[in-house]
Amino acid sequence: MVRQTIKYILMFVGLVLVQVLILNHVQFSGFVNPYIYVLFVCLLPLSSPRYVVLLLAFLLGITVDIFSNSLGVHSFATVFVAYLRPFVIRVISNREEDRSDYPGLKQNNWRWFLGYITIMVVIHHTVLFYLEVFTFSNFFETLYRVFLSAIFSIFVIVISQFIVFRE
Amino acid sequence: MRSLFRYLLNNHAFLLFLLLEVLSLVFVFNYNKYQRVKYLNSSNRIIASVYNSFNSVVQYFELTRMNRSLAEENAKLKSRFQMTNSGEIITDSVSIGTFQTNPNYRYISARVINNSVNKKYNYITLNKGRKQGVKPDMGIVSHNGIVGVVTSVSESYALGFSVLNSRWGPSAKLKKSGFYGPIEWNGDDYQFVKLMEIPFHVKMAVGDTIVTSGYSSVFPEGIMIGVIQSFSQPEGESFYDINVKLATDFKSIYFVEVIDNMDKEQLKQLEDLIKNGASNN
Repeated sequence: MVRQTIKYILMFVGLVLVQVLILNHVQFSGFVNPYIYVLFVCLLPLSSPRYVVLLLAFLLGITVDIFSNSLGVHSFATVFVAYLRPFVIRVISNREEDRSDYPGLKQNNWRWFLGYITIMVVIHHTVLFYLEVFTFSNFFETLYRVFLSAIFSIFVIVISQFIVFRE
Repeated sequence: MRSLFRYLLNNHAFLLFLLLEVLSLVFVFNYNKYQRVKYLNSSNRIIASVYNSFNSVVQYFELTRMNRSLAEENAKLKSRFQMTNSGEIITDSVSIGTFQTNPNYRYISARVINNSVNKKYNYITLNKGRKQGVKPDMGIVSHNGIVGVVTSVSESYALGFSVLNSRWGPSAKLKKSGFYGPIEWNGDDYQFVKLMEIPFHVKMAVGDTIVTSGYSSVFPEGIMIGVIQSFSQPEGESFYDINVKLATDFKSIYFVEVIDNMDKEQLKQLEDLIKNGASNN
């Protein structure tokens, strides 16, 4: 239990630092901003109480917000995706199989994990990018940004599963 | 009553969700008020010191470029010094660009510890704060030209809007003809901004210099903003559509100066006096 808690605290700090120090400065043609910190919400144990998930998501979002001077934007998107998490999991796990409590890549088959991450990241990015520009006037341009960034984020998250979160 | 409690308990996740989302939206819509709150942005002591320590490691990789730009700045200053010292040709009233010898302005040197160019609202974090005399509404310039304006300060760090922030634009003018208008950034390209509200009868050419107008107390007059890249006369409108290429390369700013306008207090008092006088009548 204590080990788990420490692991999640380290993950929180690590993801926030990687996000604000490195990935916030990544820029390909002004379009691609990967946001991988949402992985923290994805990897919380499936049995954790919902209010804990929501509060942690808010804390995570507001931390990234304070670092990037965009108060409220990241916290909104992260809480949103944290609330939808149980529904996403219910939708993609159609059979009543033995599901590991930890939704990582090693504990599940890669197709389930990829589907799970893809849905979570796409929801998060959609909410985030539209709230950030706060207009539907350039609807398709924003959508293009959402998808390019989502692909990049998913790529980085999957890679990170092989390198960092192996156990 | 009991059923109400049971209802709340059963739906606690949804209610908490609503509460947190509303809180986030309140933050989003009141950005101005909360930007000024010093601990909820990157001028916060803890947040800024994270940036500061990361930056002090990363800056070693940029040393070559930094040195080159410092050498260029040195050369520029030297040639200007020579020009003003070379005798009768140029007399007293020459003051061009960033480094005017105007005693009403004081320059505070600072290092950029965080900066972005890829958002709609870009900010710049500096490693100087209240202790070094930095206050909100002071201008930020680099040796190439204008950079931004300070919005909030903590004890030893400051946060400012960069020119690449659609919530703020400096007042600019054409150096040649003196016509002035606001600068706006539309969030696309970090190299270009638009100069607004220049009427059609004004003559201009590609390559003309755009400088600060000096009509606000943030910047002194004549600080380089950029040069005209292209301009057109859109049909059905009365103002030019002018693209200005920024003189400052926002992807490589390491050192900047914060401008302290010593006359600001007096100007403000005078303006308040006039305002109050007008309202009394």
